[in-house]
Amino acid sequence: MLASAILTGLGLGSMYGLLALGFYITYAVSSTVNFAQGSSMMLGAVFAYAFAVKLGWPLLPAMALALALCAAYGVLVELVAVRPFARRGSNAWLMATVALGIVADNTVLFTFGKEPRGFPMLTSGSLQLAGINLSYLQLAIPAVGLSLAAALHVFSKRFIYGKALQAVVQNPDAARLMGINVPLVICAAYAASTLLAGVAGIMIAPLANVHSDMGTLFGLKAFAVAILGGLTSAWGVMLAGLLFGVAEALITSFLGSAYTQILSFTLVIVALALMPNGLFGRAAVKKV
Amino acid sequence: MKSLLFVAALAASFAAWGQDTIKIGLITALSGQSARAGEAITRGMVIAIDELNARGGVLGKKFELVRRDDEATPAKGVIAARELLFKEKVAVLFGGLDTPVSLAIVPIINESKIPFMGPWAAGTPITKNGSKDNYAFRVSSVDEIVDKAMLQYSQNTFKAKNCGMILVNNPWGESNEKGLTAALNAKGMKAAGIEKFEGNDVDVVPQLTRLKNAGADCLFLVGNVGPSAQVVKSLDRMGWKPPIVSHWGPAGGRFTELAGPSAPSVHFVQTYSFFGKLSPVGDKVLKALMAKYPDIKGPGDVTPAVGVANAYDAMMLTALAIQAAGKLDGPAVRDGYYKIGKYEGLIKTYNKPFTPQVHDAVNENDYVWTQFIDNQILPVGMKK
Repeated sequence: MLASAILTGLGLGSMYGLLALGFYITYAVSSTVNFAQGSSMMLGAVFAYAFAVKLGWPLLPAMALALALCAAYGVLVELVAVRPFARRGSNAWLMATVALGIVADNTVLFTFGKEPRGFPMLTSGSLQLAGINLSYLQLAIPAVGLSLAAALHVFSKRFIYGKALQAVVQNPDAARLMGINVPLVICAAYAASTLLAGVAGIMIAPLANVHSDMGTLFGLKAFAVAILGGLTSAWGVMLAGLLFGVAEALITSFLGSAYTQILSFTLVIVALALMPNGLFGRAAVKKV
Repeated sequence: MKSLLFVAALAASFAAWGQDTIKIGLITALSGQSARAGEAITRGMVIAIDELNARGGVLGKKFELVRRDDEATPAKGVIAARELLFKEKVAVLFGGLDTPVSLAIVPIINESKIPFMGPWAAGTPITKNGSKDNYAFRVSSVDEIVDKAMLQYSQNTFKAKNCGMILVNNPWGESNEKGLTAALNAKGMKAAGIEKFEGNDVDVVPQLTRLKNAGADCLFLVGNVGPSAQVVKSLDRMGWKPPIVSHWGPAGGRFTELAGPSAPSVHFVQTYSFFGKLSPVGDKVLKALMAKYPDIKGPGDVTPAVGVANAYDAMMLTALAIQAAGKLDGPAVRDGYYKIGKYEGLIKTYNKPFTPQVHDAVNENDYVWTQFIDNQILPVGMKK
């Protein structure tokens, strides 16, 4: 039961982590986040369903176009719901991103339809490991989540555009003076954020069902995970996602489902009370 | 407050009498995961209303159906109920398939003294609501009776000795937890375990693992179509294939598409099937459905059949109640239900279906066990 719970938790946790990474990326470069990250996840699943099932495309091009559209949605979020407010120093982007998410959810409700739909399995088959039956998808989900987190890490350290991202994180004014197009970097961060959410949506879709509010609860949990990890650490956010997912699965397995939400969110509160900057975050340095 | 509601309802009754038609309200899920079920209830009522209106209606007036979508949400159901009762002035209000919505509406019904008819939601407290003046009736299954039937079916068909419960975490799940526990206790048995899951849970493996480790040799499943599909998919991932005896939640939508190839492993209760040799009423209703709805080419297209059949019989019995009342006054129509004698319906021939003590017209002798084969609901063991 322990091994089964850990594997289930790792699968769900890596999806929370992927969504939470989206919060990290935009917060790091602009101190803003897309509060409707769950809607971005839902869009990934809905676009992939529309291309792969409705239009009958092969899975790979269907997923590629779905992810491209998710990235485009991220650009829209930044241009419409974040930039106009952040530029004036207003915090109204908080509400604007939530509102845009509601618009996205309802647009999907009226175009995609009201009934949930089944998404085809991305991989079929399973294997037996230490007496536990594991579907390939269960193994693929954490593998994809961790690989993307690693790729993001390598990108920001080794590539010129990644370094530009780091420069904007460290000092936006100095980065601007060095010729880095800061608004473009922020826009790209939003595109990457929604793209990661889209990946989570496509991976989750075969396990869940595709419908317009499939991302709502996920988005909320991912935000809790992002805060728990400490919004300033990419690996911290990913690890917090895994911890949260495993904690949920362990509580359900050993104490029963009645305690899952109560205890998992109590653990989040206790962790934040003891470590206000999150498990892996650092306190902001105040220069006086 | 109560007297104000009563005066408003009285005014509504007089206003209802002044209308050219007898308005019948329907509040159900017309969107979301259970939209198909809402459509089935609508179709059953429409076929009955067409038949009644073709005969000239009742009390010299024709029937008119007024529908509202509750989106499976109690708050929206309550708003819609107030609108239909006090603005549209319906003579009788029909409910939908969600027990939580019906439970939220029933107190308003009892205070406003306008009859409520449940053609789907099976929660025991809907009709057994503890009110001295009870206006809630039902032509559908009842949880506490279904729960006894589920236990009996699991023992007779699968020789199960140690069943576990996997229940959706809402009032419907709670209602069945009580009913199943009582059914097991009555036979000196206990559940292997009782697990709950949320309607939007992606993975139910941890709950199912607990039941498996507790030695469950069969599962009692209670959940609407989406959540039930999540349970089946989680079982597939675990590679565990216990017999699944279910309440009728899977009937409400695209269960085969959502649950995948293991969908037929779920055996669930229904009150009617259009397959096999039909009664004259069954033949008549099926022909009327095929004539009115081009997508219905045969019995397999009447999905879910239970919604159509319950709603058809409920509407016919309601017309008899109004006829017996002789007016559209709420208390008189309520008493009209008690005056119904013999009626040859779709599900069965009813004989005094309602009394002041019994507000449920369907009992355990009227259940049929079914499974999904492709996208059709067939009696268990019947080939397409």
